[in-house]
Amino acid sequence: MSTLAYDGGAMLGRQLRRIRNNPGLLILTQTMPITMLLFFGYVFGSALAMPGEEYRSFLVPGLLVATAANGIMTGMFQAAQDTHRGVMDRLRTLPMSRAAVPLGQAAADLVVTAAGTVPFLLVGLAVGWRIEGSALDAAGAVALLLLFRFATTWIGIFLGLLTRNEEAAGQLGGATFILPLLSNAYIPTEGLPGWLRTVAEWNPISAVTTALRDLFGNAPVPQDAAWPVAHPIAGSLMWCAVLIAVFGPLAVRRYARGER
Amino acid sequence: MTSTYAVLSEGLEKRFGPKGAEVHALRGLDLAVAQGTVCGLLGPNGAGKTTAVRLLTTLLRPDAGSARVAGHDLLRDPAAVRRSIGVTGQYASVDGDLTGRENLRLFARLHRVRGPAERAAELLDRFGLTEAADRPASTYSGGMRRRLDLAASLVRRPDVLFLDEPTTGLDPASRNRIWEAVRELTADGTTVLLTTQYLEEADQLADDIALVDRGRVAHTGSPAQFKATIGAHVEVVVTEADVMVKAAAVLDQLTGTEPSFDHERRAVGAVTRDATLTLPRLVRELDAAGVPLLDARIEPPTLDDVFLRLTEERAA
Repeated sequence: MSTLAYDGGAMLGRQLRRIRNNPGLLILTQTMPITMLLFFGYVFGSALAMPGEEYRSFLVPGLLVATAANGIMTGMFQAAQDTHRGVMDRLRTLPMSRAAVPLGQAAADLVVTAAGTVPFLLVGLAVGWRIEGSALDAAGAVALLLLFRFATTWIGIFLGLLTRNEEAAGQLGGATFILPLLSNAYIPTEGLPGWLRTVAEWNPISAVTTALRDLFGNAPVPQDAAWPVAHPIAGSLMWCAVLIAVFGPLAVRRYARGER
Repeated sequence: MTSTYAVLSEGLEKRFGPKGAEVHALRGLDLAVAQGTVCGLLGPNGAGKTTAVRLLTTLLRPDAGSARVAGHDLLRDPAAVRRSIGVTGQYASVDGDLTGRENLRLFARLHRVRGPAERAAELLDRFGLTEAADRPASTYSGGMRRRLDLAASLVRRPDVLFLDEPTTGLDPASRNRIWEAVRELTADGTTVLLTTQYLEEADQLADDIALVDRGRVAHTGSPAQFKATIGAHVEVVVTEADVMVKAAAVLDQLTGTEPSFDHERRAVGAVTRDATLTLPRLVRELDAAGVPLLDARIEPPTLDDVFLRLTEERAA
């Protein structure tokens, strides 16, 4: 275990150094949600029944979670890039913990996500979003957000190790933008046709978004929704636990096995 | 370590691809590399050299067979193998987003080297990378990148170093630098398994050569033994076309092989395995037979000759 912590720490350091040496991608991924908040908030918001400010308050938690779901994309891209460039093979020949490489990547991603949440929420405050609940609940919301990001990153790492090709990973990763569209991140699900509403409410993004809206005090929990949305905190924890329990071991196993 | 072999493999087999359309990359690779020596794995593209290295460095699992690397069983104790080896290859690479120094520090840390920063500085200096140390490795030239790669495999001195085509695509100066570094290592007792397409490289570095062809070791021996199986090439050039037959008769008598003719250059060639056939003796014999000579030479065979000959033999 101490080996895992030590090697994982070294890999975490590596990922953070990479980002520092090459900040372009970081800046892009951090400004994207802010841009979307301004576009959606003012352009779409003007066409919705909900008043603009109310929609922007509704949108801030949604975009936070939608951005967290991008962990699939970034996790996949980085793992595929490392595989494609031969870095994974180099690391596999070293006497280090087999779980350290994916864990270090997931941990570094968490640090970056946490840092990126701050400017996004500042812009959120500027466009009318407020923490309307207690500080403890708000801290819980951020913790839940990071847990969800951690879970999606493991999905991404597994898929990246599977595709092994950064171009394919980039294209496949781009397709993940569709996931928050099939959830309550940008729109309430109440107006959706029955079957689509079911799909959207069983989307993990919906449970986590609802939990954040609840904990920040931005919107009430819809009671007639599917179980994970009607019980958003339990639902979110359930989804995160399932995703980590499934994709964590898969990613580690995939890394350890290489291409055999 | 109980065995005197740093690398010992028996019947390694590896298949790739879906069932029914499998490609046999290795069909029973037997390899023995004595401790402290350099073994050159030579072979045409697709012979299985890289697959062999990937198996022996724990990157791939064999479908059959067994191997010991640095005294550790490859299948039962891959972690111990990883502690004993260094790998520099076309596929196993340093991180281009990190600087040279950051890469070496990271690998030193992962190898549990005491004082990773000092070790990194020492290696940067040794491989002439101090000036570029704080630039991202992706900005390095091919030669610098390869040197950094090699330095990364040496953060902790390995018992066995695997070099997969270490100088492919490098200019002569960079190539010499890599060769020098390998020679220094072997002087310190490290065993090296080298794959290469450059026969000159094997000739320069290897104590033993294993010729790999279609997934098996086809021939083994020292570079000198390989050359001896081919013999030296004798060629004489005469002044007039009509004395070529006379020259050929002398060569036939001296070498016992059928001479070949190059009418345009008025040259006659033959192959000899006779070490006592020196240039003065050749010239004396031809002169005594009344052959008016313009030029004569005896050229030792290159490994290229050996390589072509042995792989042609197998193809035939």
